[in-house]
Formats: sequence, structure tokens, C-alpha cells
Amino acid sequence: MNQIISSEEMNRAITRIAHEILEKNKGASRLALIGIRTGGAYLAKRFQDQIHAIEKCEVPLGLLDITLYRDDLTEIGPQPNVGETEIDFDVSKKRIVLVDDVLFSGRTIRCALDALIDFGRPEVIQLAVLVDRGHRELPIKPDYVGKNIPTAKSGSVIVKFEEHDGEDGIYVKENE
Amino acid sequence: MNHAAWKRKDLVGLKDLSADEIRLMLSTAKSLQEISLRPVKKVPTLRGRTVANLFFEPSTRTRISFELAEKRLSADTINFTGSVSSTVKGETLKDTVRNIESLKVEIIVIRHPASGAPHALAESLPVSVVNAGDGINEHPTQALLDMFTIQEKKGTLANIKVAFIGDILHSRVARSNIWGLTKMGAKVVVCGPKTLLPPKVESLGVSATTDLGTAIKDADVINLLRIQTERQSECFFPSIREYANSYQINREVLQHAKPDVLIMHPGPVNRGIELASDVMDGPYSVILDQVTNGLAVRMAVLYLLSGARKKAAEK
Repeated sequence: MNQIISSEEMNRAITRIAHEILEKNKGASRLALIGIRTGGAYLAKRFQDQIHAIEKCEVPLGLLDITLYRDDLTEIGPQPNVGETEIDFDVSKKRIVLVDDVLFSGRTIRCALDALIDFGRPEVIQLAVLVDRGHRELPIKPDYVGKNIPTAKSGSVIVKFEEHDGEDGIYVKENE
Repeated sequence: MNHAAWKRKDLVGLKDLSADEIRLMLSTAKSLQEISLRPVKKVPTLRGRTVANLFFEPSTRTRISFELAEKRLSADTINFTGSVSSTVKGETLKDTVRNIESLKVEIIVIRHPASGAPHALAESLPVSVVNAGDGINEHPTQALLDMFTIQEKKGTLANIKVAFIGDILHSRVARSNIWGLTKMGAKVVVCGPKTLLPPKVESLGVSATTDLGTAIKDADVINLLRIQTERQSECFFPSIREYANSYQINREVLQHAKPDVLIMHPGPVNRGIELASDVMDGPYSVILDQVTNGLAVRMAVLYLLSGARKKAAEK
């Protein structure tokens, strides 16, 4: 497993995206972040902290588990564990930034969009990812990208977060 | 987070489950609880799957709870009650279920007066079977929702003392709870008239007493059982009134219980017999929480079984 993005570089990308989110949405009012479990949850919290440092305000943060919306539940088995979804604010009329660590096929984002719509009708939904590794299978495009990392389809990209893995950094693993 | 995986095709009882499997059920139920608080109370997880609810015995809570759980997961449902079906024309249970299976039903939820009926179906047919109560044997989803409620209110099941009061002999709720709670490290005491305590019940790892005071002293949870008039062909106690005198939970009795004791009841309650009306509606009672939690628990059961089934079908 090779580290391709260092902790410093990763944090610069997070800071940049936080600024971009604020710029594109003209401030933090009506803004809300929703992190997709599990990687996106840590990343969304980082964005929330950054936005707090820049604008001195706390934007609502929700966590989404997409397991129940997966389109491959009929193919895999046993059932994957379901995490808790915690969205304790009304998403209607909000400018939602959906956050995930790695964007790949786009299927997770499709699940997240379906789930989010069940919570209300946001004014707009944008997508922020730390890594876009290509190989999209659905017409989904991110609004904010940390790094574009072209990869082999069989490999995997792993984003480590200090609060979970003890260090920050982005790694690429070549599968046999 | 729990990393155990569910591999069973059926849920027939808690007797066979491991503590890890019970923990997985409870943690999955916790994750699914939030769905019922959303504006759109539905997820697409079981879209295109069909569940048949076969109730050969009266039921309100359990049947409605299962049906709603199925709908919240987007499954299609068929309802079937014993009295209006071909069983009255003499069709055997296995044939009935085989016919239903031919309609490509994937999960069968069954309540049956004969103990072991769900087990027999589970063993002989490829369909997933969920036991919704079989005779006096087990009622696993009720015990899971009882454990879920205790864990929610007390934070843990370990070393929690749970007292079951009433007709232990005929109670599938008590039996499933005993299997489950003892595996999760809780202490169980059963209490009732001697005629309603199963002989050698202590061999299940519980203590037994005929004295209500002894049972509820130090209890964190009092789980009351309904006096089941439909299962009492012979006389187990002299009169309902005498039973109520010795075993009813009322304000006076509760003075000797812990100040934070929980009162639970699987329903339906005979108000004024096993439980005084004011206590049932009082602050100790979590009876309606049990009903709410039952929905999440049954969603968890259906979700986990639907995954294991696929794997079985591939073989």
C-alpha cells in the first residue's frame, strides 16, 4: 500500500474545499453538510470545523448510512451491517453539501441522493469528495474535488483519518 | 460497531442464537429505528421481495408490527389467517406453506398454536421462516424487543435483574427471554404460583420463587405476563381474584421495588388482574416503548434474514 498524498497535502485540500464551498454558496447561511458513513462522516466534520474557523458559525452536520439503499443487496450476502443515520435538522430549503471520501462508480452517491430525498426537499444538493478516482458507472459529477487520482479499476484508494486511523493520508492499493 | 455476520436462513428461537448474533440483531434494530421518524417512513431495501404473514392464532400487536415492518422496508405482503383459509378444509400446514412458496414468497412469518411448527417448516422448506410465536415454546421477536427496550433504558443487559411474574409455564415470551437474557449476562428470576412455574425451571439458569416480594426486590425490570385464559384447560389457581391478591403489580407492591424499576408487559394487558391500571399508565411503564421498539426489531429480523436467504438459494 503506497502513500500518494501526505497529511499536509490532504489538509490543504480540505481547507481549499471549505473555502470553495463558502464561495460557491455565498457564505454559510442555509448551508448544511451531510457525510456518508464512514469516511465521508470524518471528512464532513473536518469541513464543519474549517467553516467554523473561517466564518465563525456552525453549519448543521448530518450523517447518512446508505446500506439500505444499495442496489447490490440482492447480489451480496450476508447483509452488510447498517450504521445509524443521524440527520436531526430539516433538509428542506437547505443548500446541502453531500460529502464522501472517495468517488468511484457513483453508486454510493445515487443511494445517498435517494435517501436524502426521503428527508425532505433541499434547495440544492452539491457533492464534495476528497478523491475522484474515475470509473463512473452513473451520470454523477462532483462539485468539489480534493485530488483526481487515476487508478486501475481493480485497485483501491484508502483515505485515512487521524480520528479513526491515527493518521491522515491517502493510499493506493494495487489488487492482484 | 458489530462486525458479526448473519448467516441463518430462519429465526425460529433464541435458544440457538449466540450472544453475538443477538447483539447484531439489536444493533441493526437501533440503526433502523430512525426510519420511523422520517417524513417518508420507508426505505427501498426489500423492494420486490414478498413476505407472507401466516397467523393461525389471534394477534394484534405482533401481526400489525410485522406488517408495518415489511412495508417500511418496501416488501410486498400477503396476509393469511387460519380461520379463513383452506386449513379449515383440512389442508396440512406444510402443504399450505408449499403452495405459498410456489407463489415465490421469500419469507414466511408464522404464528402457530403448535410448539415447534416453525421449526418443522424451516427444516423442510427453502423459504425463510420467522417464528412469531409457537405454542408455549418461543416468541423470539418479542424477547428481542424486550431486550432492546431494557438496553435502551438501562444502557446495558449485563447484570440487569429481570423478574418475570405470572404464568411462566405457558409463556413463550418468558421462555425466549430466558434464553436471550441469560446469554446476554442478565439475571433472571421467575415468579408465580407453583402450578404455573415449569418444573426444574432453574436448569435454564434462572432462579424461581412463589413470593412476589422476593422476586421484585432489587429487580431492575419487572416483566409481567398475561394470565392466558385460552391456554388454561385445567385450574392452576383458585380464582382470578386470588391471583390478583398475590401477584398483581400495583402501587403498594411497587413501594418495595427499586425507584427506577421498569414495568414491561408483552400485551395484551388484563387491566386490574396482573397489572393495576394506574401503574400501567404510570411513569415506570415502558409498555408503549416496547411496541415502538418492536417495529425496529422486526425490521432488523427481516433485513438480516433476507440476506442470508440469498446465499442459501445459491447453493
